[in-house]
Amino acid sequence: MTKKILILLFILIPINANALIEVDITRGNLNPLPLAVSPLSIDEESRKGFEKILKKENIGSEISNIVENNLRTSGLFNPLDKKAFLQAPDIANLKPRFEDWNLIKAQALITGKVNYIEDKLRVEFRLWDVLAAKEMMALAFTTVPNNWRRVGHIISDKVYERLTGEKGYFDTRIIYVSEEGPKTQRIKKLAIMDQDGANNKFLTLGNELVLTPRFNPASQMVTYLSYFKNMPRVYLLDIETGTQEVVGDFPGMTFAPRFSPDGKKIIMSFAKDGKSDIYTMDLENRIVEKITNHPSIDTSPSYSPDGKYITFNSDRSGYQQIYVMKNDGSDVKRISFGNGLYGTPVWSPRGDLIAFTKLHKGKFYIGVMRTDGSGERLLTENYYQEAPSWSPNGRVLIFYRETKTNSKGEGFSAKLWSIDLTGYNERQIKTPTDASDPSWSSLLSN
Amino acid sequence: MRLNKILKNTLLVLTACLVLSACATKKEVATDVQGQMQGDVYTGTDTVEYLADGVPDRVFFATNESILTTASRETLRAQAAWLRKNPNINVVLEGHADERGTREYNLALGERRANAAKDYLMTYGISSDRITVLSYGKERPVDSGSNPLAWSKNRRSVTVKAN
Repeated sequence: MTKKILILLFILIPINANALIEVDITRGNLNPLPLAVSPLSIDEESRKGFEKILKKENIGSEISNIVENNLRTSGLFNPLDKKAFLQAPDIANLKPRFEDWNLIKAQALITGKVNYIEDKLRVEFRLWDVLAAKEMMALAFTTVPNNWRRVGHIISDKVYERLTGEKGYFDTRIIYVSEEGPKTQRIKKLAIMDQDGANNKFLTLGNELVLTPRFNPASQMVTYLSYFKNMPRVYLLDIETGTQEVVGDFPGMTFAPRFSPDGKKIIMSFAKDGKSDIYTMDLENRIVEKITNHPSIDTSPSYSPDGKYITFNSDRSGYQQIYVMKNDGSDVKRISFGNGLYGTPVWSPRGDLIAFTKLHKGKFYIGVMRTDGSGERLLTENYYQEAPSWSPNGRVLIFYRETKTNSKGEGFSAKLWSIDLTGYNERQIKTPTDASDPSWSSLLSN
Repeated sequence: MRLNKILKNTLLVLTACLVLSACATKKEVATDVQGQMQGDVYTGTDTVEYLADGVPDRVFFATNESILTTASRETLRAQAAWLRKNPNINVVLEGHADERGTREYNLALGERRANAAKDYLMTYGISSDRITVLSYGKERPVDSGSNPLAWSKNRRSVTVKAN
């Protein structure tokens, strides 16, 4: 049942080390880099072959559309209108006429070719520096035709990495909670989709309430809260096999689960007698450890990427604030001291920042602060929003936002949004139903 | 021991009464939305159901609080008396929060509220074996509105018959 996706990848020509274009992603990018994504060229025989199995008229154009869409939504690139292109895709892939691409102000160019060989999809692509008139990168993939969307995402990741110097985040998935029905009787299901909203799939039927799914950073496992048999417990789900199991044997509500960075432990809260404390369970030997011991509410734990520290949320000061401690529960330090309440701390995969939700004067904010609590920056303000989750490269946050048309609660909707760490490029991620509690996977390849 | 606890509760109730009456004289305007709220605790009966004649099924809380008000204690004493009269009935205490808080914290807060109710029932002689606590956080509001009155109805612990 393991649907291991095999993508053979090889470098065609050594990468040119001294390229001229570089995109700075540490600042808000108000001048995205203009680039041209030429449709991948395809011969008639291959085109017909793919049309038959994939029901897509021109798979070359489809893949290049995915690349174009990914690069555009990153906010760092401005893919130019294909109508302005002067050179045909097949010729451009052999040797671009750089003057033509320069004329339409493209600074970079992506070209490529698709072939149908022995029931396989073979894609090659090249990235060109138009101003320097040089090839920057050339790669080829061979995979099963059904993987065509992933090929588009992998090309996007390679281009992003080559031009920004950082890993991309396009060949990833989002797990979230799909919501339907009136607010007083909301039906919630686990759902999963590609990062760009494609391939949406429901993982549960909606018979019981489910909340807060989170990916294992090291595998395709998910941990979440389910009210199965009206007992709120933390569960583990293998999304390849559909196998589910309850985590640990606690005499009460377990909630707020997350994996450790190596994927070997689950950290969560256990509520009893009006107190919530933080526990871990080792998934191999099932040993449970109590990490915090305080009469307050301690919840929403999240590990640092090296696994040495834990950030969490506690009301031990009287109100909800963010704390950091060592992974054994020692050295607890409060780090949030601004006005308002702070919740849902999540450690960045880069290690330097903690993202959070802040409630102040009736407004909800998504923000980031350094791990000692300094340098607080609020990225977005709204009526209600919470639960940020990091892209695997630590550059983008996804969260959910609830809106209404009036104070009677009419026109209620919940949607997923993403925003760059810089505070720019806020975007809604389209989902078939209302949505909440998003969690971003690691890169599926490499 | 039990007498001690009851005395302590009575004292608390008395202090609460004093504080409330002191407040009431100061700011009458803030006390109600058509007389349905006191401070930000719901005092109306719109959403209340009855376990038996004169035994309301729920108690209400202030924002971010799990302290039982005078009215809540009265409700829970009625519930305790009813449970003593019906020794075969077990109950689930369902704790809830309003929508103005993060999901996970609200799950914990709902548990804390239901536990406050459980503790009080226990001081009135109800065995913990007969009580299960269940938190829904902000997942099951009774009023889908987004205004102080709706939120006050949703901050609650509801006693539900389990059998």
